[in-house]
Amino acid sequence: MTNHTPTEMMTIAAARALKNDDVCFVGIGAPSAACNLARLTHAPQITLIYESGTLATRPNVLPLSIGDGELCDTALTTVSVPEMFRYWLQGGRITVGFLGGAQIDRFANLNTTVVGPYDAPQVRLPGGGGAPEIATNCGEIFITMAQSPRSFVGELEFITSMGHGRTGRERRAMGVKTKGPSRLMTDLCVFEPDDDTKEMTVVSIHPGVTREKIAENTGWPVRYASNVGETPPPTAQELEVLRDIQARTKKAHGGSR
Amino acid sequence: MARFMTLRDAVAECIRDGDRVAMEGFTHLIPHAAGHEVIRQGRKGLTLYRMTPDIIYDQLIGMGCAEKLVFSWGGNPGVGSLHRLRDAVENGWPHKLAIEEHSHAAMANAYEAGASNLPFAMFRGYLGVDLPKVNPNIKRVTCPFTGEELAAVPAIRPDVGVIHALRADREGNVLLEGITGVQKETVLASRRSIVTVEELVDDFGPLNRNAVVLPSWTVTAIAVVPGGAHPSYAQGYYKRDNAFYIAWDKISRDRDGFLAWIKDNVLAKGPDAFAAHGRKVA
Repeated sequence: MTNHTPTEMMTIAAARALKNDDVCFVGIGAPSAACNLARLTHAPQITLIYESGTLATRPNVLPLSIGDGELCDTALTTVSVPEMFRYWLQGGRITVGFLGGAQIDRFANLNTTVVGPYDAPQVRLPGGGGAPEIATNCGEIFITMAQSPRSFVGELEFITSMGHGRTGRERRAMGVKTKGPSRLMTDLCVFEPDDDTKEMTVVSIHPGVTREKIAENTGWPVRYASNVGETPPPTAQELEVLRDIQARTKKAHGGSR
Repeated sequence: MARFMTLRDAVAECIRDGDRVAMEGFTHLIPHAAGHEVIRQGRKGLTLYRMTPDIIYDQLIGMGCAEKLVFSWGGNPGVGSLHRLRDAVENGWPHKLAIEEHSHAAMANAYEAGASNLPFAMFRGYLGVDLPKVNPNIKRVTCPFTGEELAAVPAIRPDVGVIHALRADREGNVLLEGITGVQKETVLASRRSIVTVEELVDDFGPLNRNAVVLPSWTVTAIAVVPGGAHPSYAQGYYKRDNAFYIAWDKISRDRDGFLAWIKDNVLAKGPDAFAAHGRKVA
């Protein structure tokens, strides 16, 4: 077994979900690492789009923000932000939206707005940004998030972006034609929605992870697919490319993080 | 026609207490020097608009300049929370801050509607989410041709739009390149505008493919402030100071540390302090 961290396994599992011909709207943070890892390994022709307007960008280091100069310098072209949201996202030209979040529920709805009452929050989170419209205008949605009882919650207090809705039936009821969250890669396992109920269901468990560990870190009774596989461990190449880009990134940003 | 002014005079003339002010910049070209001047002049009661309020809005909010914030993502990108924004929303320090919260698509469309002199913006969005329950300015309209229901939000029409651009020519035309965000829409949607620039030139020279040029007659005041976007960046001039964004997390975390930083770096300084960051890179 290779020597890797759970976060590395999560990023690598997330990267594997992307295909060479995908056009991907990239969220910042964990999704950005996964998308660029895919580009630097099995999906060299993937089109990566950041909401700052950069189309087909090929950054050499991971951006700290969605609008670092690196993204514009290495992009095929850069468009204005209104054009990005109107022509490209709303225009239906993006196959995959890759999101992260602070909290998620069993139907892959996301909360990045508040913990506690909206008018008197215990924690004020950054808000939705592009996510509310990414969630319904991209062909499908991939999500990557580390699991914990605080982040994988039984009931969301606020839905910032819709997954499959409060009951799993909302997308169809609203006439939303896109697929919504089709894959969720965590540091413990991979979920996919059940065909009928749309509840996120474990289809693959990362090497060395137990069902007990998944249960401890999920705020609802976890359902498993009939055939649960083991996630293939990271290959030497995947780990090397990921560690290289993270080392370049750390050096470039000059911070202590 | 745009008038060339000092930043001090531009802010004094264009921004009044209680104004609706949009200081835009999508990571790139954020008008930090202009924001500092607003703090120094002690403006109060502002309604601040910004898709991505980050460090400069954290500073304005922490110094009590804002009564209301209209925004779609309020954080320190890639780093974490804006502690002054959170302190205002969670604890009412230095005073209560009203918020009107949208998505990026809504704000981008609303600026475009403002620039287009339309009363509202329309787009396909806000489906299955809770923001419409807490923001009465999110409504729905029905397409008269297909019957499809679409989201609608009011146009953004600020009293003052504030942006930082790369260059102005001597006639007062303004050039931006790189990630141009919603800056063109912001200036065209606003009654008055202030543009700070890296430098004044005789001729723009060959333009980049995605260059945005704002004609002189669309701009109220231009102030030449080299380095005026620091710690954000100016394409072709200086890079984003990511280390400062990371450092801001600690500086802003407690009230006293924040106030001490503002005293030393804003109140005791002037627009010239930004010049040290404005050295042109190759």
